[in-house]
Amino acid sequence: MTRRIVGPFNRVEGDLEISLDIADGRVAAAYVNSPLYRGFEQILQGKLPADALVLVPRICGICSVAQSAAAALALADATGIAPPANGRIAANLTLAAENLADHLTHFYLFFMADFAREEYKSRRWYHAAAERFRAVSGTAAAEVLPARARFMQAMGMLAGKWPHTLAVQPGGSTRPLQSSELFRLHRILRDFRGFLETTTFGAALETVGALDSDAALAAWRAGTGGGDLRRFLDIADDLGLWQVGQGTGRYLSYGAYALPEGCLFAPGLWKEGGLHVLDTAAIAEDTTHSWYAATGRARHPAEGGTVPAEDKPAAYSWCKAPRLGGEVVETGALARQVVAGHPLARVLAAQSGSVAARVVARLLEVALVLPRMESWLDEIVPGEPWCVSAQPADETSGVGLVEAARGSLGHWLAVRRGRIHNYQIVAPTTWNFSPRDAEGQPGVLEQALAGLPGSAGDPPPAVIHHVVRSFDPCMVCTVH
Amino acid sequence: MRILWLQSGGCGGCTLSWLGSEHGSLFELLADEGIELVWHPSISEAGVDEARALISACAEGREPVDVLCVEGSLLRGPRGTGGFHRFGGDQPMIEWVHRIAGRVRHVVAIGSCSAWGGITAAGMNPTDACGLQYDAEAPGGLLGPDFRDPDGMPVINVAGCPPHPDWITETLAALAHGRLGAAQLDDYGRPRFFADQLVHHGCPRNEYYEFKASAEKHSHQGCLMEHFGCKGTQAHADCNLRLWNGGGSCLRGGYACIRCTEPGFEEPGHAFETTPKVAGIPIGLPADMPKAWFVALAALSKSATPARVRENANADHLLRAPSVKRAKK
Repeated sequence: MTRRIVGPFNRVEGDLEISLDIADGRVAAAYVNSPLYRGFEQILQGKLPADALVLVPRICGICSVAQSAAAALALADATGIAPPANGRIAANLTLAAENLADHLTHFYLFFMADFAREEYKSRRWYHAAAERFRAVSGTAAAEVLPARARFMQAMGMLAGKWPHTLAVQPGGSTRPLQSSELFRLHRILRDFRGFLETTTFGAALETVGALDSDAALAAWRAGTGGGDLRRFLDIADDLGLWQVGQGTGRYLSYGAYALPEGCLFAPGLWKEGGLHVLDTAAIAEDTTHSWYAATGRARHPAEGGTVPAEDKPAAYSWCKAPRLGGEVVETGALARQVVAGHPLARVLAAQSGSVAARVVARLLEVALVLPRMESWLDEIVPGEPWCVSAQPADETSGVGLVEAARGSLGHWLAVRRGRIHNYQIVAPTTWNFSPRDAEGQPGVLEQALAGLPGSAGDPPPAVIHHVVRSFDPCMVCTVH
Repeated sequence: MRILWLQSGGCGGCTLSWLGSEHGSLFELLADEGIELVWHPSISEAGVDEARALISACAEGREPVDVLCVEGSLLRGPRGTGGFHRFGGDQPMIEWVHRIAGRVRHVVAIGSCSAWGGITAAGMNPTDACGLQYDAEAPGGLLGPDFRDPDGMPVINVAGCPPHPDWITETLAALAHGRLGAAQLDDYGRPRFFADQLVHHGCPRNEYYEFKASAEKHSHQGCLMEHFGCKGTQAHADCNLRLWNGGGSCLRGGYACIRCTEPGFEEPGHAFETTPKVAGIPIGLPADMPKAWFVALAALSKSATPARVRENANADHLLRAPSVKRAKK
């Protein structure tokens, strides 16, 4: 057995290194290391609660609004307020804009570029894929960047700028929209729809969102058009990406986009082929193999702590190991759509939960959410209130749970004597890329990498890259 | 011009801001200006072994690099080891930056973290974070106050949290075309093309500012200086002239400027969104404004506030439109 360090991983947001134990040409075990620590949970201690709204979005440049939304919810929970209807809709639109832009960025800039690798030059699809998806110089990037920038003009209107806004407040939005602005926002969404329907899907969003089975997906692929999604599906079939990178088959979602009647995508836990009520009291973070002072046992984030211990024996990552009822669970767009009950996502999860399933679920979600954004715009009533204000009590606590593009994000806040006493953050990739826990259970990615081909000397095969990036990891959130 | 881009103790938001560039495809623009990315962690194809070999070659001078861009704070902790961020194996990122900075023509700090330390240096600064050539307002940082590149330039600080995409692009293009010298930088090493403006310039709330008609709560249209901690009259940046994401800015988004282009912005000494006052007068005065004059003018303008401006300031939509003057016949 040979241990081999694979890193620095690029085209993931932030820093990532992986150690692989190689035996008989296969990965016998993987150890995922998040090598950057900044200490936001320590920085936040002693701050005024409202200052979290400035600090936490700066945990992450790509999930910035998701971090803002989680902090705003935690503060609203601690204060006992809720935004008026316009404020709630603005929060949904802002988070949805970030999530869709992130899905697009991931697919075109982070994930697809790996199919331009030399390793694939004998494949029949190679030349077309390399010309379209090659990093920096591919034809897709030249189309996607302007389309993405146009879509991000929605952020200019809703949030002033992106990343890092203060428009997302516990009581709603600081940015009232007047009717002429709603029309401009409507045009931005319609332009993005045009790009997606022409370039990404080659089909109406509603057609893609309605694909509800293997057979439906196969029939759609057999038709004309299909855009970049179909290009990916062809590659995925050829490389067997439906059969690699399986996680634990347990999927977590906190629920996304608050509506008067509940969430657009319901919260829950999917395991053993069935839906379960999510018990957030069963969340605990283990630090056995993380560079933090030992706490003796895994702790619920409301009681968690963060004391770096860089020389700790047996530790190999700055990432903690969150577990739900002691189990390793996966989060992300696939998990969100499986839990929410999308028929195609359920089929993909039941069959494989693979690299291809994750990518398809992400694009499926783009097709599902943009039409909802269009209809939310129509529900805004200019002239009605956008924001309420209130101060949190000197002794209080709150929880904010949201769905970032790449999965479940939670903030746990405790206020003592008017200052932040404890602020614990569990991010999506903390779940997916955790190290082992006290029981020795590997994290989701560690499990997904085991058994893949590997070599002690040669560069890691591209499939390792596909599996890692299929999670759309955000390492700056992971450790924060 | 060949650029190597490294990230350390930051959020990656400077790169994400940059990707929002609104002048067609950013990648085509760079190629057209003769700018080549030797490696960028979020964008380049080369990963793992290949990336490590490439960056080693840059550090050893085997791979030519003209400009080193650093995004994110430099983490000196714990205990000076740099161990809070190791890169490409066991080597601390601060060592990579040190080695490569000594081999390039120019060093550019992308964002307030790599310029001054920024948000990562807030609070107890658990990682001993600093900027490339500043530790908040104090010259020093990782490379030291005396660092100069082969052209005699200090670190070029494209500050901001994040910087506007054009601040980054225009700085790099100006370097590529030999149009950015020490004379084009301000006292903090920031390119003057954006740092010689104030956020206040072009603020759409200027009429409210003139009459000290202040917002009382979030979503109100009035000036944010009196109650919400707005530092737009002191912060060096052209945010309200250049505009963000198609027409936004912090002020246009309804929230205060937190002077994110300035060293030390992360520790304002008061709640970010609350204006500290002594005897009812804001402590932070507009740039170049004598206090007595500010107090006198504020009192005068408050007493002269038109009812329209006063009423609209405390509403989230227009209550009263400016009156229409009819020509007398």
